[in-house]
Amino acid sequence: MPRYLVRRLGQAVLVVAGVIVLTFAIMRLVPGDPAVAFAGPKATPEELAAARLRFGLDDAIPVQLWNYIRDLVTGDWGTSLRTRQPVRDDLLLAFPASLELVGTALLLAIAVGIPVGVLAARYKTKFPDFGVRITSMLAVSVPVFWLALALQTVFASNLGWFPIAGEYDSALDTTSPLTLWTNITIVDALITGNWPIFTSTLEHLVLPAVVVAAYPTGVIAQMTRAALIEESGQDHARLERALGFGETSILTRFALRPALNPVLSLIALVFAYAIVNGFLVEAVFNWPGLGRYAVQSISNRDTPAIAGVTLLVAVVYVLANLVVDLLQGVVDPRARAR
Amino acid sequence: MTETRVAEEPVRLRRTLPKVTDRFAAAGAVLIVVILLATILAPWLAPYPVDRLDLVHTLLPPSGAHWFGTDKVGRDVLTQVLYGGRTSLTIAVAVLAMSAAVGVTLGVVAGYAGGWLRDVIMRVTDVFLAFPALLLSLALAVVLEPSVTTAIVAIAVTWWPWYARLAASVAASISTRSYVDAARCLGVPAPMIILRHVLPNSLTPVLVQISLDAGGVILTAAALSYLGLGAQEPTAEWGLMVEQGQTLFTTNWWVVTFPGLAILVTAFAFNVLGEGLRNALDPRRVVK
Amino acid sequence: MIEVRDLQVRYGERLVAAVPELDVREGECVAIVGESGSGKSTTLLSLLGLTEGAHVSGNIRVCGVDVLQAPERRLREIRGARVALVMQSPQAALSPTTRLGTLMRRALKLHGLGADRVMVEAVEAVMLDPGILRRYPHEISGGQAQRFAIALAIALGAEVILADEPTSALDVTVQAEVVGVLRRLREERGLALLLVSHDLALVSTIADRVLVMKDGAVVESGPAAEVLAAPSHPYTRELLEALP
Repeated sequence: MPRYLVRRLGQAVLVVAGVIVLTFAIMRLVPGDPAVAFAGPKATPEELAAARLRFGLDDAIPVQLWNYIRDLVTGDWGTSLRTRQPVRDDLLLAFPASLELVGTALLLAIAVGIPVGVLAARYKTKFPDFGVRITSMLAVSVPVFWLALALQTVFASNLGWFPIAGEYDSALDTTSPLTLWTNITIVDALITGNWPIFTSTLEHLVLPAVVVAAYPTGVIAQMTRAALIEESGQDHARLERALGFGETSILTRFALRPALNPVLSLIALVFAYAIVNGFLVEAVFNWPGLGRYAVQSISNRDTPAIAGVTLLVAVVYVLANLVVDLLQGVVDPRARAR
Repeated sequence: MTETRVAEEPVRLRRTLPKVTDRFAAAGAVLIVVILLATILAPWLAPYPVDRLDLVHTLLPPSGAHWFGTDKVGRDVLTQVLYGGRTSLTIAVAVLAMSAAVGVTLGVVAGYAGGWLRDVIMRVTDVFLAFPALLLSLALAVVLEPSVTTAIVAIAVTWWPWYARLAASVAASISTRSYVDAARCLGVPAPMIILRHVLPNSLTPVLVQISLDAGGVILTAAALSYLGLGAQEPTAEWGLMVEQGQTLFTTNWWVVTFPGLAILVTAFAFNVLGEGLRNALDPRRVVK
Repeated sequence: MIEVRDLQVRYGERLVAAVPELDVREGECVAIVGESGSGKSTTLLSLLGLTEGAHVSGNIRVCGVDVLQAPERRLREIRGARVALVMQSPQAALSPTTRLGTLMRRALKLHGLGADRVMVEAVEAVMLDPGILRRYPHEISGGQAQRFAIALAIALGAEVILADEPTSALDVTVQAEVVGVLRRLREERGLALLLVSHDLALVSTIADRVLVMKDGAVVESGPAAEVLAAPSHPYTRELLEALP
C-alpha cells in the first residue's frame, strides 16, 4: 500500500501543479489590462503604473508564473477587485458555507440514492425499476437553477413552508450570536448548543440542499443499480443462491459492499460537480457560499476572485479523489493488497 | 501454487436484452427527432415572428393565441422557446464536434504512440479533468467577452479531455491487435494505420459518448447563459429566458416554466438515448 | 435423493440439455461427463432451480421436493441445507468482501442452524485450519477455497453435493486433495455426490455411475466401470481416447 500511496500522492501533486498553471494561463488571457481593471477606468498613469508594479505585470511571463505560485504557497491568493479584501480571507468565509450545503446535499443523495438503487436492482425490469430509472434520469437532466427557482417559488413563496433565502435568520445574530469554530454554521451551532441558529439553519438548508442533491441522487441511484446488477450476476451470487439466500439478502448483504466501490469513486466526481452546481443554487437562494461569491465576482469581472474560486474547487476535487482512493481500501479488501 | 484456468463453458446464463431498455432508448430517439424538427422548422412552426415585441400584450397567461403565454415585453414564449432550441442545439453540436475532434486526435495519438508522448498527453488531460466543466467554462467566460461563441469555446475546452481519454484507451487496445502489428511490420506508415484501423474503431464508442454528453453540454450552456456568460439579448436561449423571467416566477409562472421544461426534456431525451446506446453496445451491461 | 425424468432446458428456442433419466441415491456418486457446452452445468443448476431465464420442463425431485412445482421459499429451504453446490472457479464463487467465517455464519443462521463449534468442525473435516474463517477469499488458494465450499456443505448438513467441475481450475496435486476430501465424505457421512466433469480420470476413480452428454443430449449411461471399460457410443470412445 505505501508504494501505491506514494504514487497516488505524486500524481495528485502533479495535477495540482497543472491546475495552478492552467488557472494562471486563463487569468492572463484577460483582454484588457488587469491594472486598468484594478485601478478603475479613470485612473491616472501614475496609479496605473503603481498597479502594474503591484501585480508584477511588467515582469516576464515565467517570472510572473513563478511569483504566482510562490504567492499561492505562502498564502497570498491576491486581492479581490470587488471586496478589496484578500481573496484567501473571502474564500475562508465562503467555502465553509458551500461545504455545509454540498455536504448536506451529498448525505441526502447517499441516503436516498443507494436504497433507491437497491430497490431498482431488486426489481429490475419491473415497475419499481422503471420508475427509479425515469426519475433518476429526470433528476440528472433537470437544469439546477430552474429547479431551484421552481422549489423556491412553490414551497417558499407560495406555500411558505420554508424560508425564501439566506443561511439563517439574521435577526438571530443579535438575540443569540454564534461563536465560530469551524465557520460551518450548522456545525458551530451544534457544538456550541446554539439551538435557535441550528434550527433556523436547518430550515434554510432544506430547499437548496434538495436541489443540489437532485443530480447526485440520480447518478448514485443509477450507479448503485448498475453495479448491483453486475455484482449479482457474478459467480459468487450463484453460490449464495445455492446456499439458500434470497435475492434481497444477496443484494444487501453480499453484493452491496463490492458494488459500493464504483459508487464511492463516483461520489468524489459528483462532489466537485455538486459544488459547482451549488453555485447556481447559491445564487438563487442567496446562500453565502463560494457560488454567490463567484457569481458576484463574475458580474464585476473580478479575476483574482474567480481565479481563487477556480483553484480552490479544483484542488478540493483532486483531494476528494485522493480520499476516495484511500477509502476504497477500507470498503474493498482486495484494494488493500494492491 | 499455479492454477490453470479452464475457459468457462459457453452455455451462458445470459438474459435476453429486456425490451424495456429498447423502448426507453427508442423513446429518447423519438423525442430527439421531434425536438430537432421543431427547432429546425422553427421559422415555419413558430406562431409569431421571433423577437416581435408587443407592449400591449405583455405577460399574458397561456391561451389559444399564445400557448405558452407572453413575456414582459410581449414576446410569444412558444416562439422564443422554439428559437431558443436553435441556440442550445447549435452550442451542443459545436461543442461536441470540437471536443470530439480535438480529443480524439490527441487520444488516438497518445494511445497509438504510447511512451512519453502518451504520458504527457494523459497528464495534461488529468489537469483539465480536475476542473468541473461549469467551473472552467465560468472562469474562461469571465475573461473572454460573454457570447454564444465564448460559451462554445469555454465548454469545449473543458470537454475534450473525456474524448482524449476514451480514444486513447480504444487506440491502445487496437494498436496491439495482430492485424495492426502486421501492417506495421509491412512498413505501413503510422498515419495510415491510424486512419485505416485505429480511427474507425474509435468511432462507435465516441458516438455513444457524444450522445451521452449532449445532455450535459446543453445543461452547462444553459447554466452559463443563466449566469449571463453565454447567449446575450436579443438571442433567444433557454437559460437566458429563465434568467430574465426569474423574478416573475411567482406571478407569471409560464415565463420561466416553459424554457426550463424545454431544457429538461431535451437533456432527458439525450441522456435516455445515450444510456440506451451504451447498454446496447457494452456487452458487459447487457443485463440492464 | 435426486430423481429426474424427461428434463429439458431451453434458452429461448435452443434446447441446451435433455436428460430422460437421472437418479442419485444415498451415498452414491454419479458423474455427468462431456465436453464444454454439452449441457452438463445447465443440468446441474436446473436441479436447484437456478437456471435463470431458461425454460425447464419435465420432472425433478430433489430431497423430496418437486423443484419445478415448489414455491421459491420451499426451494430456498433445501438449497444449501440439504443440497450443496460446489462450483468450478473457487475464488470467484466467494463474495470478495465477505470473510469466509461470516459467509458460513450467515448461511447457518439462514437455515436456523449453527454454532461456532459446527463451523470449526466443518472446516477441520476438510483439513483446513480454522484460522481460515477470518480470511477473505483473495487471501486463500484455489484448493483451500474449494475445500471451504465443501466445508459449507458439511456445516449445513447437506445430504447431496452437486459439484460442477470441482477440480478443473486446480493444479494436479491440489486436485488430488479435493478429490480425497470428497471421497472420504462419501464413506464417512454417506453423502450423495453428483459430479459434472470432463475429466474421465477423475470420474473413473470416484463415480459409481456415469452419464455421457453431447450437445445437450445423453448419449450413454450406466455403471462407471462398464461404460468406461466398454463404451458403446463412439463419442464416449473419443473422450476415452483423448485421455493421456
